[in-house]
Amino acid sequence: MSARNRELLNLIVVGMITVAGFASVYIARQAEVSSASLSYAGIFLGLYLVAHIVTRICVPNADPYLLPMAGLLTAIGVTEIYRLNPDDAFRQGMWIVVGVALFSFVLFVLRRDYRRLESYKYLFGLTALVLLLLPALPKIGTTVNGARLWVDLGPLQFQPGEFAKIMLIVFLAGYLREKREVLAQGRPKDLGPLLVIWGGAMLVLFQTNDLGSGLLYFGVFLAMLYVATARLTYVAIGGVLFVAGAVGVYQVVGRVQERVSIWLDPWSDPHRDGYQIIQSLYSIANGGYPGTGLGQGTFSTTGGDPLIPYLNTDFIYSALAQELGLIGACALLLVYMLFVARGFRIALLTEDGFSKLAAVGLTFTFALQTFIIVGGILRLIPLTGITLPFVSYGGSSVVANFVLLAGLLLISHRANSLSPQTERGS
Amino acid sequence: MNSQISRVALAALAMLIALVVATTYWQTWAVAGLEDRQDNAIQRVAQFTIKRGVIYAGDGRTVLATNKQRRVKGRTFYFRRYPSRGLFAHTVGYATQQRSRVGLEQSLNDYLTGANSNLNTVLNTTLDKLRGVTIKGNNVVLTVDPRAQRVALAALAGQCGAIFAVAPRTGAILVSASSPTYDPNAAERNFKLIERIRGACNPASPLLNRATNGRYVPGSTFKVVTAAAAIDSGRYSLASTFNDLGYCIEYGRRVNNYDTSTPFGFVNFVQAMQHSINSVFCDIGKKLGPQLLVEYTKRFGFYSPPPIETPSNERVASGLYRGGRLFEPKNPFQVDPGRLAFGQERLQVTPVQMAMVAAAVAAGGAVLRPHFVDRILATGGRVVTRTKPKELRQAIKPSTAAALTTMMEAVVSGGTGTAAQIPGIRVAGKTGTAETGVNGRNTTSFIAFAPVERPQVAIAVILENQSGTGGKTAAPIARIVMEALLRRGRT
Repeated sequence: MSARNRELLNLIVVGMITVAGFASVYIARQAEVSSASLSYAGIFLGLYLVAHIVTRICVPNADPYLLPMAGLLTAIGVTEIYRLNPDDAFRQGMWIVVGVALFSFVLFVLRRDYRRLESYKYLFGLTALVLLLLPALPKIGTTVNGARLWVDLGPLQFQPGEFAKIMLIVFLAGYLREKREVLAQGRPKDLGPLLVIWGGAMLVLFQTNDLGSGLLYFGVFLAMLYVATARLTYVAIGGVLFVAGAVGVYQVVGRVQERVSIWLDPWSDPHRDGYQIIQSLYSIANGGYPGTGLGQGTFSTTGGDPLIPYLNTDFIYSALAQELGLIGACALLLVYMLFVARGFRIALLTEDGFSKLAAVGLTFTFALQTFIIVGGILRLIPLTGITLPFVSYGGSSVVANFVLLAGLLLISHRANSLSPQTERGS
Repeated sequence: MNSQISRVALAALAMLIALVVATTYWQTWAVAGLEDRQDNAIQRVAQFTIKRGVIYAGDGRTVLATNKQRRVKGRTFYFRRYPSRGLFAHTVGYATQQRSRVGLEQSLNDYLTGANSNLNTVLNTTLDKLRGVTIKGNNVVLTVDPRAQRVALAALAGQCGAIFAVAPRTGAILVSASSPTYDPNAAERNFKLIERIRGACNPASPLLNRATNGRYVPGSTFKVVTAAAAIDSGRYSLASTFNDLGYCIEYGRRVNNYDTSTPFGFVNFVQAMQHSINSVFCDIGKKLGPQLLVEYTKRFGFYSPPPIETPSNERVASGLYRGGRLFEPKNPFQVDPGRLAFGQERLQVTPVQMAMVAAAVAAGGAVLRPHFVDRILATGGRVVTRTKPKELRQAIKPSTAAALTTMMEAVVSGGTGTAAQIPGIRVAGKTGTAETGVNGRNTTSFIAFAPVERPQVAIAVILENQSGTGGKTAAPIARIVMEALLRRGRT
């Protein structure tokens, strides 16, 4: 079976899971299966068929599992968002349409050779920097839930950081490929760029008040630097620098202090500061092994008021863990693992340095972001407000992740087209 | 670069595996600890998605607690309704969102929510969960008699006090009334309504279950315990004679009888009980000593909370109290034995405990565990548990019980308790009047059982703020409640 037929088959399976998910939410809500639930799933499947046709045309040899897995994750996300708030689900659906459109656009434009992006690496780097600084600007920068990550342009609100992330990866892939021999010698003067990026990450941390974003950018940078230079000392130095910087920021920024103290002991103030994380843990625990079932979890009072703020975005994992239980939550994490595994496989298969570094960057940022948000909810690390890729409610995040997916498919297509293993294709 | 990529990939997968481990921790090991926490808002709401079990009275028909279904934003909640309102408010209690649960609603919560470990229940609950239908709790059938309870509450109307009645041979609780009562339906939204309830006492404390949690001075009803100790220890018999001077001397001071102006002179033990002669019991108390008396109270169940099914904070032990705490005399000088013998001297008792004393005499000296729950039924009607009569201990010899019965029957047939006579039925009883020195502030009481030859009911009535004696105030109430219970020919 060809790679694309396999993808189609997987998409049909995903479509059936989507139908089942929507139907169960519908039954739980209205005690009936309405045609609306099926039409939602139908539209969803149609959208992914469009994406599938685009991959057939643009990247026929690309990995056949990534698109269905992204489809599954967005379906799980939209189903849960629909269950929590149907209006948000409609908006999320719109953003998925935008995401698929941008996905198709990127695939179409770069279908012949994406590597020409490498020559624009400094432009990408600069744009990323501008995007990161946008929320700091007065007037358009907006603070949501204490973190300054948003830009408000009247009708359009978005988180530029989500796109900066991908541009930064393109820049780093180009830059590190060019400088990797030099950097690999490990002379002290080559530490310059490391310090610059570290400074940037600290700046982001300081300016956004958000530990999560800083950790994400710097973590991805260290991973790519290690792959490029094979020097663990860089990772060690970088890690020490980050921790030192974070401690410094901790001293100055009240919000970061608050987050850390909540992390260490949420029950010291269970009704105010610790409320969100505590109720989220109760939500997860309430799911237990089998879960309450889709649409049957408890997220609001008997009067209908929400129990946990930001359930849609930051805390969607605790909603899913309650309704799908340990089985469902682990299945979800398994999908992330498979996605990450496929991503690294692409990095291993592809030939040139730029592609390898880009694939590592895109995949690692996906994994690290999942770890930061879910780890925060599970109290492995301090909680920060970033999104769960493809699942959380949030336009910028969904659209940016579709671009990330397009990037991985482009690299995969090129790797499989060039390598003699093309026909194995999997 | 590939070896580095593999290492980074391993690191990434390790992070995700850490998430699986952490999720497993929170969804398995941590669950029990988190569920019980007071601030768990999810559990507080989730309990209303469970269809709690229905609570029935002993007739199996009268519904004491049921559910009212309401849909809020696509979810079905089951809120508690109490159709019989104040009838069994103190026993059944309430389960609300705003307040913590009380009464059997709290102590039987695991059964009522289907969360107990009974195999049948576990199977039903798990099946319901898997099928996604509402979890249903176990139904509970109590032993209480709603008709007699109604009679008891009507008799108490406008007064503060309590009535407690059990079947002596089984321990099945027939009546547990506390006045003033309240409507548990108001607990969720109109709690002010309950707080505004007033009665013949101040504070009226409508939420207090006086039958199991009210502490009263027993007065002369305690003479039954004193007589039990006197006879059971072999120091006295029914034929023992005493010379009543109208008072007794303790520590060089006179302790007067209820009416000290006309001493009875030479009397036997039966007559002393019949006319409730304080001086006689005062002398007996001095002879027996406080430690033996306390020992005998313990045999009847004093000094430990009544072993009934309601939450432990809703029942209290009877005994000697000092500074609000239960205390046991370590030497004879800590307690005045003469006053103790006729039920004064910081002695405080609950109605349930005094009913247990009467029941023990009725049952030939055996103390049976009083119980509210007759049976608990799984959905579909299968029995989860059924309460079997449980003898806690033999408090006194059967011969002692027989002697006490003779004395108590004399009280009703021709003594202070004639108001408790029921035509055609032999009744044994004992009156009590604990004076406070202020008219209208007496605590009066009456304990009794009937029919004497084959006891079916043992009862305790305690009233606050009375101006009459126990024989005039409490005995008639005991009579009508016993009549209501006996008319149905209960076994």
